[in-house]
Amino acid sequence: MAKNTELENVPANKTGYWNYTWHMIKANKGCYGLIAPFMVFFIICTVIPVVMSLPMSFTNFNMIQSPKWVGLSNFYTLFLNDSVFLIAIRNTLIFAVFTGPFAYILSFLVAWLINEMNPFLKTFFTFVFYAPSMTTSVYVTWQLILSGDQYGYLNAILLDLGFIHNPVQWLTDTTYILGVCIVVQLWMSMGAGFLAIRAGFQNIDKSMYEAGAIEGIKNRWQELFMITIPSMGPQLLFAAVNQIAGSFTVGTVGQMLVGLPSTDYAAHTIMNHATDYGYVRYEMGYASAICFVLFLSMLLANKGVNALLGKFVD
Amino acid sequence: MARKRKKKSIEQLKVKEKRKKINGSVGGDVCIFIFLSLLGIFMVFPLYYSVVQSLKPVEELFVFPPKLYVLRPTSKNFSDMIKVAAEYTVPLSRYVFNSVFTTIIICVTNVFVTCMAAFVLAKCKFPGDKILNKIIVIALLFQSQATWIMQFLVYSKLHIIDTYWVLIIPYIATAMNLYLMRQSMSTIHDAMVEAAKVDGAGLFRICWQIIVPNQKPAIMTIIIFAFQQAWNINGGSVIYSEEYKTLPTIVQQISLAGLARQGVTFASAVLLLIPPLVVFLIAQGNVMETMANSGMKD
Repeated sequence: MAKNTELENVPANKTGYWNYTWHMIKANKGCYGLIAPFMVFFIICTVIPVVMSLPMSFTNFNMIQSPKWVGLSNFYTLFLNDSVFLIAIRNTLIFAVFTGPFAYILSFLVAWLINEMNPFLKTFFTFVFYAPSMTTSVYVTWQLILSGDQYGYLNAILLDLGFIHNPVQWLTDTTYILGVCIVVQLWMSMGAGFLAIRAGFQNIDKSMYEAGAIEGIKNRWQELFMITIPSMGPQLLFAAVNQIAGSFTVGTVGQMLVGLPSTDYAAHTIMNHATDYGYVRYEMGYASAICFVLFLSMLLANKGVNALLGKFVD
Repeated sequence: MARKRKKKSIEQLKVKEKRKKINGSVGGDVCIFIFLSLLGIFMVFPLYYSVVQSLKPVEELFVFPPKLYVLRPTSKNFSDMIKVAAEYTVPLSRYVFNSVFTTIIICVTNVFVTCMAAFVLAKCKFPGDKILNKIIVIALLFQSQATWIMQFLVYSKLHIIDTYWVLIIPYIATAMNLYLMRQSMSTIHDAMVEAAKVDGAGLFRICWQIIVPNQKPAIMTIIIFAFQQAWNINGGSVIYSEEYKTLPTIVQQISLAGLARQGVTFASAVLLLIPPLVVFLIAQGNVMETMANSGMKD
């Protein structure tokens, strides 16, 4: 690498590890200078909030008085006394299954099918499928489509076709809320991960397919499982991280669609629970505990998925 | 799909090379096209419907059953939007200005800060570089939505709540953009950096005169991602003064007025919807090129 020339200037009598490191730090101070602006903002907005969630979760903090140390009582309440949190965990897991693995496989499938099209259609369909994830303001349309009064589009169609005889309250009936939120979340879930997979197909060497054809691969399916997936490993890992980040923090869309809290907490996720305690009740200590649990489960899920995918791809 | 069972010889393959695809039948192509179209209609429908709704005159908005098309398109909803906003303490142009202003600042600083950091992480060796690279990959998990609530504490300690800062700062340093930029920059040969070094260029100059000009697709990509985030900022919970609110907040406020303002709601939603779509459409090729390098190899 570029910096190897400095190696020769290491003082001969100071060969200890820390001296060497200190020397290298001084020799590369330009590097730190260039990275510093990013790091300042990064530490303020990502590192401190994530790291701080642990110590804050041991306190009772209402934003006005200074934090009071309460030990593990927040976690105790969270897991043993807070029935809403248990609902939130259940909902988040259901969400995570659909917007995680399911959406992941779906976006892979769609990306693969798009890749089989001709260049114009490729561009067109990529745009069509990516577009929803760019638009957070369209929840008003979903609200109208799913609305339970006479302006709801879905009800109008279903009534017309005779499937139902009374309009369904999609956004307030507890049997439908969760399903509705999952559908809308799925609709928005083809984000950067989808683009990465989609782009990953272009990386694969065309000659691999030719070689495969000579070796006796007959159709698209065999091509997919024998050549495409094994050579897409890195892209799939990247998409997985994105999917996890997205699926564990679902909630904002549901919040706009069905309100916070939703009827009987039917679509209440961990994120919603944290928002409820953080922004609505200003019980920051408790909200931190919720966030910490969320962060920890995201990290664990990421580790698990990496191990799992690592087996499939090389 | 499996109709083509004949044995493939190399000659046949050469003929087929014109079609670019080696396996796969025309029937399969048609099936795929139909499947994608159906799914695509589901994806586009809400977007399409909001555009249609925003163009409907009042008498068409409230027809039962709701119509999927507009008979006499009107721009009245858009002009009404300005009137509605005039009832608030600041004119609509202020919200537009806020959105545009924060978006531009975020895009510019994001690119500036990210390029330098990505260059260092991709092309220099220094104590701590491995740890920083690891942290960036982990930080991909904690994109702003997850850390929202905890960020609120930090901002209140910094006393930047209810200022422009609180809209801008969270989106300047995003792990995702740094990661993409770093992946893209690491495809450049070390020889280029070294040659520049031999010629006596400092790190800052190498970064901006040699590396960055080669990274147009990646820069376009991070601009697009920064733009999407910035344009959709809804400062609802950290901004209280009317004069700092952005467009998404206003869409939310108007939509709370319910049915009476439906046309206006959709007009404002469409106003929000169009810019990200247009920007992405223009730069899609660049994005795909950058995302091709996004894989995690470790």
